[in-house]
Amino acid sequence: MSLRSKTNELRKRMKSAASGGGDKAIEKQTAMGKLTARERIVALLDEDSFQEYDLFVEHAAKDFDMANKYLAGDGVLTGTGTINGYPVCIYAQDFTVAGGSLGYMHARKIVKIMDHALKLRVPLIGINDSGGARIQEGVNSLAGYGEIFYRNTLASGVIPQISVILGPCAGGAVYSPALTDFVFVVDKISKMFITGPEVIKSVLGEEISMEDLGGARVHASLTGNAHFYAESENECFAQIKTLFTYIPWNNGKKAEPFQPKQPKSRTFKLGSIIPSDSKEPYDVRDVIKALADESDFFEIQAMWAQNITIGFARVNGETVGIVANQPMYLAGVLDVDSSDKAARFIRYCDSFNIPLLTLVDLPGYLPGIDQEHAGVIRHGAKLLYAYSEATVPKITVILRKAYGGGYIAMCSNHLRADFVFAWPTAEIAVMGPEGAANIIFRKEIKEAADPEKMRLEKVEEYKQKFANPYVAAAYGYIDAVIEPRETRKFIVHSLAISKNKEVRVPNKKHGIPPF
Amino acid sequence: MSEKQKFDIVVIGDAEYRTLLTDKYKNRSPYVRPKASDVTAFIPGTIREMFVKEGDKVEKGQILLILEAMKMNNRLVAPLTGVVKQLLVKTGDIVSKNQLLVVVK
Repeated sequence: MSLRSKTNELRKRMKSAASGGGDKAIEKQTAMGKLTARERIVALLDEDSFQEYDLFVEHAAKDFDMANKYLAGDGVLTGTGTINGYPVCIYAQDFTVAGGSLGYMHARKIVKIMDHALKLRVPLIGINDSGGARIQEGVNSLAGYGEIFYRNTLASGVIPQISVILGPCAGGAVYSPALTDFVFVVDKISKMFITGPEVIKSVLGEEISMEDLGGARVHASLTGNAHFYAESENECFAQIKTLFTYIPWNNGKKAEPFQPKQPKSRTFKLGSIIPSDSKEPYDVRDVIKALADESDFFEIQAMWAQNITIGFARVNGETVGIVANQPMYLAGVLDVDSSDKAARFIRYCDSFNIPLLTLVDLPGYLPGIDQEHAGVIRHGAKLLYAYSEATVPKITVILRKAYGGGYIAMCSNHLRADFVFAWPTAEIAVMGPEGAANIIFRKEIKEAADPEKMRLEKVEEYKQKFANPYVAAAYGYIDAVIEPRETRKFIVHSLAISKNKEVRVPNKKHGIPPF
Repeated sequence: MSEKQKFDIVVIGDAEYRTLLTDKYKNRSPYVRPKASDVTAFIPGTIREMFVKEGDKVEKGQILLILEAMKMNNRLVAPLTGVVKQLLVKTGDIVSKNQLLVVVK
């Protein structure tokens, strides 16, 4: 055979292998409002950058008549490409081929591209759209999941791992996304659960739709499993591209710097965002925007545990990870979920050399039986652990309240913040003035002719003496008390001066965080 | 400010903070103190067999019923010696976690 005819044969084979599950299955996929696996990769990666591998891989199943079945690419596409010029490894499960079910060779393809990603030290993106384990392949399909989980764990903290849920992701399959850094979901398309509605109905007799059990909104707002929520697949891809502007390729690098830009100071004025009464709410995102280049803030888990705000911004061109109490929700308290949310983000930033900026305004931990019984002790401890462990530059700005355990937990000097700044409005105290006065002056209040008047007087007295930044500053726990309008200047300077920060920690295999 | 009305109050350290509530906070269930006399389902499942009826005298540790869950037959026993005051389920019932099944007094 001539080269030409061999080339023609290759083209024929490629066309057949790249056709997915055929026209009918693709029609069905489209009718669900979903793109095909190939369309998704093309939409996400830079134009013409996708290079595909293992197109001719075929399944190896023998039982249940499987030997006679042809599954194009065994239901998954793998390859490399670029996003904003960044190299990435990517795989996308193809639901049109046997429901994207995961068999032995399907998993082998995924695992191979994961090994590439780790070896080449480039980010890994997994697009999940699969009915789950391919039952006909039995234990080999379970083995496939196990091999994926192991590699997710091995690569954790070395290369960024991103999971995009664009279809069902059920049973064991959910644990790969859960092990990765960021999970993206799309309304009405993403569905994640361990046991589906059918099992729940047969065991419990309870009826629930897939959407209500594990839809995008559920995971973005209730479980915290998802980090980014989008209304459409294209919006989701835009979010992923934005994320890549903030993070480095791997843990040996820093995020690419951008041209420094000023915040939009006409819209976001630091002097007028925060009410002077510390019991009044405001949106801490306005403070972040007043500090960030171009007032751009890329929020993570915006719909879950809203009492703490986390996300990326750039200050003077450099990516910073921001953790901020959000007085707009639950007065900005720490609780089980907000501690989990912040702790994991802090560990992400620390792994990938992203400096941490902490903005503090909280009355402490949320009181309640439900919180205590949900283990707020062990969850709250995660935050202490994550901040103490982090060796990236740590800058803390105390905006207003910093009471009790909340003061310690929010990257205080004692957990080795490099710089702690406080606004003149800061109130750093063992507890709020009301609570403190009621305890310290209990006797005076009780015995006074007018206890309520005495109580108010004592609250005021405590406020005057202790609800300020100067007591903590007198002990050196605050590095500088600054005017709000100077905040960005201080942050920029602190970041610049921390470039060569080096911390030596005791030699250990790893710590034992309160998971 | 027109937004003012929509804020709720959360009390922390004797101080009242004006703030929004999260859905999870709003939907939290109130604490119920467990009672020694109550036999509840520790796992969701199906009642497979009942060994007692209302009014029966039972010894502490005596089997009251079989609750099948996750393909296991679980024996639920009397928490104390006494009389079956209430029987709230029958064979074949599907029960949810923490559902009250039997009261022994």
